[in-house]
Amino acid sequence: MAKVALFIPCFVDQLTPEVGLDMVRVLRRLEFELEFPQEQTCCGQPAFNTGYWNDARPVAERFLQIFRSAEQVVCPSGSCTTMVRNFYPELLAGTPWHEEAIKVGKRVFEFSEFLVKVANVKDVGASFPHRVAVHDSCHALRELHLKPESRELLRHVRGLELVEMPYSEDCCGFGGTFATKFGAISAAMGDAKAGYAESCGAEYVTATDPSCLLHIDGILRRRKSTVRTIHLAGILAQTASAAERGARPAARESAR
Amino acid sequence: MSNAAHEFLRSAAEKSADLAHRQIIRRGIDSYNAANERGRSRFLDWEAARLRCQEIKWEAVNNLDRYLLEFEQRVKDRGGHVFWAENSKEARQYIADLATARGVRKVVKSKSMVSEEIHLGPALEKLGIKVVETDLGEYIVQLRNETPYHIVTPAMHLNRTQIAALFKEKLGDVDTDDPQQLVAAARRALRRDFFSAEMGISGANFLVADAGMIALTTNEGNGRLCTSVPRIHVVLSGIEKVIPRLQDLATLWPVLATAGTGQPITCYSTLAGGPRQPNEVDGPEEFHVVLVDNGRSELLANVEEREVLHCIRCGACINACPVFRTVGGHSYGTTYMGPIGSVLTPRLRGLNEFQHLSYASSLCGACTDVCPVKINLHHHLLHNRRDAVNASDRPWSERIGFMLWRWAVEDSRRFRAAGWLVRLGMRVVHRLRLDGTVLDPARPWNKNHAAPLAPAKSFRALWGKHNGNN
Repeated sequence: MAKVALFIPCFVDQLTPEVGLDMVRVLRRLEFELEFPQEQTCCGQPAFNTGYWNDARPVAERFLQIFRSAEQVVCPSGSCTTMVRNFYPELLAGTPWHEEAIKVGKRVFEFSEFLVKVANVKDVGASFPHRVAVHDSCHALRELHLKPESRELLRHVRGLELVEMPYSEDCCGFGGTFATKFGAISAAMGDAKAGYAESCGAEYVTATDPSCLLHIDGILRRRKSTVRTIHLAGILAQTASAAERGARPAARESAR
Repeated sequence: MSNAAHEFLRSAAEKSADLAHRQIIRRGIDSYNAANERGRSRFLDWEAARLRCQEIKWEAVNNLDRYLLEFEQRVKDRGGHVFWAENSKEARQYIADLATARGVRKVVKSKSMVSEEIHLGPALEKLGIKVVETDLGEYIVQLRNETPYHIVTPAMHLNRTQIAALFKEKLGDVDTDDPQQLVAAARRALRRDFFSAEMGISGANFLVADAGMIALTTNEGNGRLCTSVPRIHVVLSGIEKVIPRLQDLATLWPVLATAGTGQPITCYSTLAGGPRQPNEVDGPEEFHVVLVDNGRSELLANVEEREVLHCIRCGACINACPVFRTVGGHSYGTTYMGPIGSVLTPRLRGLNEFQHLSYASSLCGACTDVCPVKINLHHHLLHNRRDAVNASDRPWSERIGFMLWRWAVEDSRRFRAAGWLVRLGMRVVHRLRLDGTVLDPARPWNKNHAAPLAPAKSFRALWGKHNGNN
C-alpha cells in the first residue's frame, strides 16, 4: 500500500493525542505504511486567523518544506487541512512558495476524505454499538465540501445507529481564538449545539475536527450532560475484538 | 479597546445569555430557512443565478463611474435632480435644505438603510419635521424608539404579544394580538400620513443606468405610496447600487426576493425615474436622487476588498450567521449588522474603532455559502484582521503572544518543550482545583468549559516510543 505521512495538528499532538493514535490504528488496519515527520509543529492557522499573516507565513513555509516530499498527507482535522489546501495559496501569494503550496495542498487530505475518496474504503471493520450524531465541522463542510463521507463511514460500523441532530451544520462556536476573545458568544453557541445534541437522543457526538469536539465536550461536561464526544477516528478505531477484550475505554472517558 | 468594542462585548454577553431572545430568533430564522429553501428550489439552477448576479454586480462596480454618469444623465433628461453626497453630512444637509425650502412638515419614508447610515431621521426631526417610517417593521421599531434589528426584517426580535402591547399604547384604537387586526391598525394610521406628507423618501434596491430609473421593492406597497403620493420624492442610495441594464432586473429581482425572504418576487416592484411628465396623471412634482459615497469610493479603490460593494442588502448572510443569532442585531451598534456589517463597518467607519466586529466571528463561512452575489465574506473578515495587525492596532498581550507562539513552533524541540510546560501547568492548575479561577492562565477557556484533562504524553512522544504501535 501507498505511503502516508501523518499531519498531526499541534493541539492534537499536545492535548488529544488519542485522536492521532486512533487514526494510526485505522490506517494500519488498512495496511498503509505510515510515517510521522518529527519536525512538524503547527500549520500556522492560529496566527493566520488572528491576522498575524507575517508570523504565519514562515510557519507555513516550514510546513511545506517538511511535507513537500510526501506522496500523500492525512490529517485528523478538516480545519488544519483547510489551512494548507485553501488558505496557504492566499497566504503565500507572491512568494516563491506559492506554487509549492498549491501542489502540497492537493496531496493533503482530511481523514474521512482520505478514506472515502482516496483509499476508496467505506467499511474499516469497526464496531461501535452506540447511537451517534454527526456535527458537521465548518471547515470540512464549507471549505472542503465534505459531508456524506463521515456518515458513509459510520453507516458501515457494526452496531452503530446513526442519528441526525437538528442544525448539524450550525457552527459549534469554537472558532479558534474567538472562543477566548468572545467567550460568552462562543459558549452560548456551544450551548445551543449541546442542546441539539441532547435533543436527538444520541449517546455520542462525533465530528471530523477535534477542535470542535474539545469545545463541545467542555460545554457538555459543564452542563453535566450524558452525551459524550468522540472523534470519527475514535469510532473507526474500535473493533469488536477490542471491545470484547475491554482493551480501551470508549472515547475520552479517561478524561472524565 | 474602543468604546464601540466595549459596548459590543457588554451587549453581546447579555444577549448571549438571553434564552427567550434565542428562541424568538431561532423561530424567525427557521421560517425564513424553510421559505428560502422553497424559493431556491423554484430556480432551474440557483447556482447559475448567483453566478449571473455576481457577474452583473462585478461589471457595475468595476465600471461605476460610467454607469453612475449614465444614470445621472437620464434622470436629468426627465427633469429629475441628482446630488452627489461625499459623506453623511452633505446628504443630510441637502435633504434638510430641500425640506425647509419647500415648507415640508411631514415626511413618509419607505425603508432605506442609507437613511439609517446617515442618521437622516433625527436630523429632520430637529427641524420640526415629522418623519414616519412606513415599512411595518420599521414603523414598529420607530414606535419603540429603536434602530432596525435586521436590515430586511427590522422587528424580527419582537413577538406578537409585544407588538400588540406597543400598538395598544401608541395607536390607541386597537386592543388585540390578532396579526391581521394589528396590520389593519397600522394601515389606518399610515394612510393618513401618506396623504398628508409633502415629501416621500425612499431607498433604492437598484439604480438602473440604461433606464435612468430606480428599482424599488416592498412587500406592503408602502414604497409605491411614498414615491407617488407626496409632492416631492427623494431617493437615497449608496453609489454601489447602480446596475447596467433594465434587463438585469430579470435576474436580480427574483434573486433578491428569494435570498431576502424566500419569495419568488417581492410583492410590489416599482420603477421610478423622475417627476410627473406632462402626459402623466400622477407622480411627484419633484424628483431628487441623493447618491451617497460615505467611504464607498475608498472601498472601490481597494482592489482586494472591492467586491464587498456587490452587496444587494438581502440579509441572507445575517440570517445564516450563528453569531448574529446569538448576539442579536442591536448588539452590533451599527447600521449594518451580521457578516456584511462586520466586513463593511470597519471599512466605512474605521478599522481602529470597529475591528472587533471582524474578530467577532468563528469564521464558519455560512455567510459566504448563502450570499446571492457570492461575496467571499469570511475571507474579507480575515483581510480586515490582517490589516488591523499590520496597522499595529492590536493589544500588546496578543502581539507578544504570537511572538512567543512563533518562537515555539519554528523549532520542534522548542515546540515539544513548550507543549510539555503547558500540559504540566494544566495538570497543576487542575490538581489545585483552580480551573477557571483568576489564578488559572487558561481562565478565558476554562470559565466557560469544563477543563480538558492534559494527557501525560504527547502524540510525538507516544509515536517515538512505540513507533505508533500501541
